[in-house]
Amino acid sequence: MLAALKKNPAAKWLGLALVVIALAVLPFAVEAGAGRSWVRIIDFALLYIMLALGLNIVVGFAGLLDLGYIAFYAVGAYMWALLASPHLSANFPAFAAMFPGGLHFPIWILIPMGALVAAIFGVLLGAPTLRLRGDYLAIVTLGFGEIIRIFLNNLNAPVNITNGPQGINKIDPFSIFGIPFNKPLSVFGFTVPSVALYYYLFLALTIVIIVITLRLEDSRIGRAWVAIREDEIAAKAMGINTRNVKLLAFAMGATFGGVAGGLFAGFQGFVSPESFTLMESIMVLAMVVLGGMGHIPGVVLGAVLLATLPEAIRYTVVPAQKMLFDRQIVDPESLRMLLFGLALILVMLYRPAGIWPSPVRKREFATAEKAGKLEPEQYPDRTEASEGARL
Amino acid sequence: MSALLEVKALEVAYGGIRALKGIDFEVNEGELVALIGANGAGKSTTLRALSSLVRPAAGTIRYRGEVTSALPSYALVRKGLALVPEGRGVFARLSVRENLEMGAYHRGDREIGKDLDRVFGLMPRLAERSTQLAGTLSGGEQQMLAIGRSLMSRPKLLLLDEPSMGLAPIMVQKVFEIVQTVAREGVTILLVEQNAKLALELSSRGYVMESGTISLSGPSAKLLADPKVREAYLGEAA
Repeated sequence: MLAALKKNPAAKWLGLALVVIALAVLPFAVEAGAGRSWVRIIDFALLYIMLALGLNIVVGFAGLLDLGYIAFYAVGAYMWALLASPHLSANFPAFAAMFPGGLHFPIWILIPMGALVAAIFGVLLGAPTLRLRGDYLAIVTLGFGEIIRIFLNNLNAPVNITNGPQGINKIDPFSIFGIPFNKPLSVFGFTVPSVALYYYLFLALTIVIIVITLRLEDSRIGRAWVAIREDEIAAKAMGINTRNVKLLAFAMGATFGGVAGGLFAGFQGFVSPESFTLMESIMVLAMVVLGGMGHIPGVVLGAVLLATLPEAIRYTVVPAQKMLFDRQIVDPESLRMLLFGLALILVMLYRPAGIWPSPVRKREFATAEKAGKLEPEQYPDRTEASEGARL
Repeated sequence: MSALLEVKALEVAYGGIRALKGIDFEVNEGELVALIGANGAGKSTTLRALSSLVRPAAGTIRYRGEVTSALPSYALVRKGLALVPEGRGVFARLSVRENLEMGAYHRGDREIGKDLDRVFGLMPRLAERSTQLAGTLSGGEQQMLAIGRSLMSRPKLLLLDEPSMGLAPIMVQKVFEIVQTVAREGVTILLVEQNAKLALELSSRGYVMESGTISLSGPSAKLLADPKVREAYLGEAA
């Protein structure tokens, strides 16, 4: 089918037009069919796509296992919350004097700033972990994620920066060209609800991020990331500055997390440390792994599935139980974890490279299966090399 | 003749363990020099130091007259000093062609395609498998690929770390033939090997390493005939 599309540019454009129309009417169709709360869920799914694509750069491309990725989401969210809410002015007279109208930065400043600040945090995490790989790296990144969360929880004393566990509220809603996103917008007598406005904004940014990742994948930098993932010593021997390239992977990944975090803060109007737990990091990692590590369409699919299916369970399990047993036996939250675990096991058994893996990975797993096991000859001894690197 | 590579009183320590206890050797332009020795003699450590993967504790390494120990590994490739790492280190999930292209990572000139053809000419097996993933190649083919990949950087000095490791005898023969061809084309080679006989047969000069020091050195033919070498490395009774 793809080959046919390549031969026929008219069909290609028609297909693209259909996709664009489908994405454009999606929020209205969903609202009509399933209610407004589902549009909100789709908005969140878009945020998760951004997160998963960011983590995919670190884990999928560069092969650096990061269990604290949600920290960048938190950094982005809190930066946005602090710069677009009355919190700082209320707690610091200096800020109140500097900005008499309160801190209300526009989205054009907040998005690039969120990206930049998160990238700086990415480098901060990357720099001390340059020599670590695999399990060791996972532990340190996990710690980093927790440190950020604990800081957010406790930075309300002696000076109140993050307002601790209560979080920061009254965050400005988005507004672009004076159009506020928290109110329905009337265009020629046609009303676009607030959640749909957010949908379009998130969709636009998601598309930007997908394009950036696609371009990165086949770039010089992308190849350098893959080389580091495959064999770091050989990558050095190719003339790759592995230190900078790794830091860049952390920074790029963090950038997407920071942008998504900022959008999350503006969308919710409220942030608190509770949204940035280890479980969230693991969910994003699961999206990458289940979807197909290193394969962009797979990662997008993984994010959509894992962001929407739990909600679908929430909406169906309680009524189903009421109907069958006249009362609720299992609470949907615990059922969610049960089904999630089951899904992980099934995917690892039947689709070890992910639901939609890249053709290369699929081939690799197929060969390994044919050979019956991973022969040392096929997978040259890499532990030896990495052990040497640790010395 | 000035030495392309000159090593003086090189010492390397991993923590408290001194892996190299002050070694001296040199490689001249156009030579194929063998560095042989048993397991743990310090051969690989020497190569790691030469390619700046470990920092020497003492001593100097001069490559084309320049002290290299302060330079990072990735900068050495640009100066024509290429390493074929131990255990081959091919990029398993990239195709053969992509692996070779990675070898030319630091190059921006227009002759990369020409060099690719040259490598494929030298190793027709790789040409046949150019779209195959490197991880699916046999050990010998991976070794060829690792050598071919390093040739893509247009090296002046090639450091080969145990190319015969874990290969079937027939493949060892093939790989060594390639090493010989590469040497004839004018690339200077420092060959680190456990297979002393083959390495000495191929090279013009050799150094024998023993627990962090160089115990013997000289023309390869002489080393091959040396009773001590024959006893220790070729399994012959003295």
